[in-house]
Amino acid sequence: MINFQYVRASDVADAVRQVAADPGARFIAGGTNLIDLMKEHVEHPTKLIDISRLPLKTVDETAQGGLRIGALVPNSDLAYHPLIAQRYPMLASAILAGASAQLRNMASTGGNLLQRTRCYYFYDTATPCNKREPGTGCSAITGLNRMHAILGTSEACIATHPSDMCVALAALDATVHVAGPAGERAIAFVDFHRLPEKAPHRETNLQRNEIVTAVELPARGFAANYTYLKIRDRLSYAFALVSVAAGLELEGGLIKEARLALGGVAHKPWRDPSAEAALRGQAATPATFSRAGDLLLREAKGFEHNTFKIDLARRTIVRALTQAAAGTPQSQSEKKIR
Amino acid sequence: MARKKAAAQPTIPRPEKIAVALIINGVETQLSLAPWTTLLDALRDHLDLTGTKKGCDHGQCGACTVLVDGRRINSCLMLAVMQDGATVTTIEGLAVDSRLHPLQQAFIDHDAFQCGYCTPGQICSAAGLITEGKAKSADEIRELMSGNICRCGAYPNIVAAIQQAMEQP
Repeated sequence: MINFQYVRASDVADAVRQVAADPGARFIAGGTNLIDLMKEHVEHPTKLIDISRLPLKTVDETAQGGLRIGALVPNSDLAYHPLIAQRYPMLASAILAGASAQLRNMASTGGNLLQRTRCYYFYDTATPCNKREPGTGCSAITGLNRMHAILGTSEACIATHPSDMCVALAALDATVHVAGPAGERAIAFVDFHRLPEKAPHRETNLQRNEIVTAVELPARGFAANYTYLKIRDRLSYAFALVSVAAGLELEGGLIKEARLALGGVAHKPWRDPSAEAALRGQAATPATFSRAGDLLLREAKGFEHNTFKIDLARRTIVRALTQAAAGTPQSQSEKKIR
Repeated sequence: MARKKAAAQPTIPRPEKIAVALIINGVETQLSLAPWTTLLDALRDHLDLTGTKKGCDHGQCGACTVLVDGRRINSCLMLAVMQDGATVTTIEGLAVDSRLHPLQQAFIDHDAFQCGYCTPGQICSAAGLITEGKAKSADEIRELMSGNICRCGAYPNIVAAIQQAMEQP
């Protein structure tokens, strides 16, 4: 591994001070992605600021009827938290669809948001990559791009965001709370991650000297009609080819409110207001779901090895909305897709 | 590896070694470690606890699984200095006196391995799984053990062994 200095942050303000004082410094919490990237020589911080002991480990009810999740709550604790399991089962299911039990025990809520793409070329320091070394080019556009994005790509980057948890957080309209030298601010989840455009090395709108302190969920949890359907090359412990978080509120067979977010297809969890608008007020039928899928994918663009994802995404959307409407969410242990 | 470019980083002063106190398999242990030492390397290279295996060293295979404060984790992705004060249980610490842990006995009873390299990680992971109490069916065991890869393909017997151990009080 590489050489670096190690310090601990005593509180959030100290963490912000320390990271602002040293341009080579990075925060470390669960470390599951950062340590790996350091071993691969993709990340080379000169100092690690250990934030894992900060008091950001609770899940608290908010005055608005939602929940505030501390940034250091481990992924597994969050998935199995009784309030998450009861009121936000879509989030619990998405978390349990990701990584392994060991990694979920280590990984933090804030770190999950900040994990980096698993694009092979990003990891392979022998190849050009605009995300790793801005201006060198994108190897994936003309390379092995089976896992890559079909929506919101740019000429600079076609990488995907790898998180499952974030897909559900996008669907649930979560808010990210951050602290920095100028104080605290809140970022709507859909605005937290960025599209690659011309600067794929900038993946989020978090500033370098800011720290994620919490993720807040609004009251609406879609606990009755939801699913998280993840399609991948093996049944467990693999990144998504396509995943869909779907939440519906139904009234007399009509869709009153709808949420639809996709993973594995873009540089950020993908939501499309027009697709959700096409669901509202309509009957919960396959024809309605199919129209929403067509709308969401209207600008989808495939590359040499991933064009199949467009059809796969369309079918996964219809299947996910069907599961949600029927109240038969996808099981993350019994994988038969019904 | 040769194809890796040397990281372009400025000269960083060689850090002082850091004192780390761990309770490993019930024994209070004082270590003095460079910050980049993973818990896996601390166990294997500094304490000769070579039961915990280095497989991929990237958190993808599960061979390095140990229990930290009772929770199963990948020790290859964990810096030892971050765990100061923690309680660590490795495969060497599961047996009580000369009596095998029920999972160790079950793995023998079911021939739940071939080459054996993944076995310490499988058993520590299964110990964590049983403590978590979320897996009831064979499907749930398979899903919640998916972080432990067995290249010999002993999975059916591993699931059977875990089921046997789960049935014991």
